[in-house]
Amino acid sequence: MIADLANPERFERFVKPFWLTASALAVILLALGFYFGLFHSPADYQQGDTVRIMYVHVPAAMMSMACYTAMAVASIVGFVWKHPLADVAAKASAPIGAVFTALALVTGSLWGKPMWGAWWVWDARLTSELILFFIYIGYIAIWEAVDDKIRAARLAAIVAIVGFVNIPIIKFSVDWWNSLHQGESIFRRGGPTIDGSMLLPLFLMIGAYMMVYAALLVPAMKNELSARRIARLERMGGVSGVRPE
Amino acid sequence: MKTFLAIILRDVTLGFRAGGGATQAAMFFALVSLVFALAIGPEPARLSALAAPILWAGALLSALVSLDRIFQSDYEDGTLDVLVETADLLELRVLAKAAAHWLSSLLPLIVAVPLFALLLNLPVEGYWPLLASLLVGTPALSLIGALAAALTLALRRASILVSILAAPLYAPALIFGVGAAEAGAAGAPSFVPTLLLVAASSLFALVFAPLAGAAAIRFNMS
Repeated sequence: MIADLANPERFERFVKPFWLTASALAVILLALGFYFGLFHSPADYQQGDTVRIMYVHVPAAMMSMACYTAMAVASIVGFVWKHPLADVAAKASAPIGAVFTALALVTGSLWGKPMWGAWWVWDARLTSELILFFIYIGYIAIWEAVDDKIRAARLAAIVAIVGFVNIPIIKFSVDWWNSLHQGESIFRRGGPTIDGSMLLPLFLMIGAYMMVYAALLVPAMKNELSARRIARLERMGGVSGVRPE
Repeated sequence: MKTFLAIILRDVTLGFRAGGGATQAAMFFALVSLVFALAIGPEPARLSALAAPILWAGALLSALVSLDRIFQSDYEDGTLDVLVETADLLELRVLAKAAAHWLSSLLPLIVAVPLFALLLNLPVEGYWPLLASLLVGTPALSLIGALAAALTLALRRASILVSILAAPLYAPALIFGVGAAEAGAAGAPSFVPTLLLVAASSLFALVFAPLAGAAAIRFNMS
């Protein structure tokens, strides 16, 4: 059943309702999140309006790690059960995760300048997030470099699995080292240290980013499946004049 | 065990004799130190503060440029096929290759470090901590490097990709390595704990690099 989904048309039919729901939710949640975040939440007593950067920064940073985790899990599934759909899911997650990582780094930098007085500081949280970006680049690069897709999937899976060591380092960097970056303030023992009026837009934006990921992942997977199909047909001599994958 | 030692002996011998691979790594290390020294300028206080970071970065860069030597020639002349076919545990052979890389490319650098430390004006009390952190931390460079080399085995012109794959994973060894060297030079109590973190990076690499490297070689050879 799952093996059948490697067929692009069947995949499209199967995920279409899921994709439509995710896209609609992404639009709605983004609109609500921006409205509450920009207009309907208080300014911070210390940070003033710059605190609103949080609503684009925190979800991006969370998704940068969540995408990597999804990529690593898909890589393990692909590695162990050799399912092509898992390889495709892992490959399609990488650029999305890399963009989330870049967004987290850029918005964090824009937030750091007014608050810390510096665009960038080499502390544990920022450094490990930057390393995550480079691991994404390495993962994407090995997919690009290896011609044979099956071999590329296995090798890239090794990169993804080994690179996963960085995720707990990012997550706990603010606990393990004295960091300029603030500590865990949402999912902590004793409840969040952020006021409810700010948590609402934050959670709306987190939900929105998750839906954006889902809404981007599905077409990326579909494209990859189609590209493989075309490459296969071309090898069989069925299609000509189409650029090979 | 006998093959394990035989592989190390063969690679180290090749490294020192054929093509001068080992001496080239040392020359590259000298070059990196020279480039940094020229860029920073001759002021002694500045140089001595930066000596440990420069030497660590130099060791890391020398490791990166010598990585394609670990498997590439064996892959091209077919030796690697024999190594894979006859292996009970391919993981051990990857470990042997990494150990040989460390012995032939990184150990000579560490031996040369006191000389370059002298040129960079490292304070006297900084020598032993720097050497200790390099001895404990550089095995991680060889092990992770062997993994990256195994991943890019079948690719032509992969030297940049090898660096892209290996360098992010080098970060802990580099950060803690320099941290330990500086803490030791300053006589800070954080020297031993930081050195243990350096050792942890190497031990961690010791576990996962042979496993993942062997898997990568199998996929590349199949």
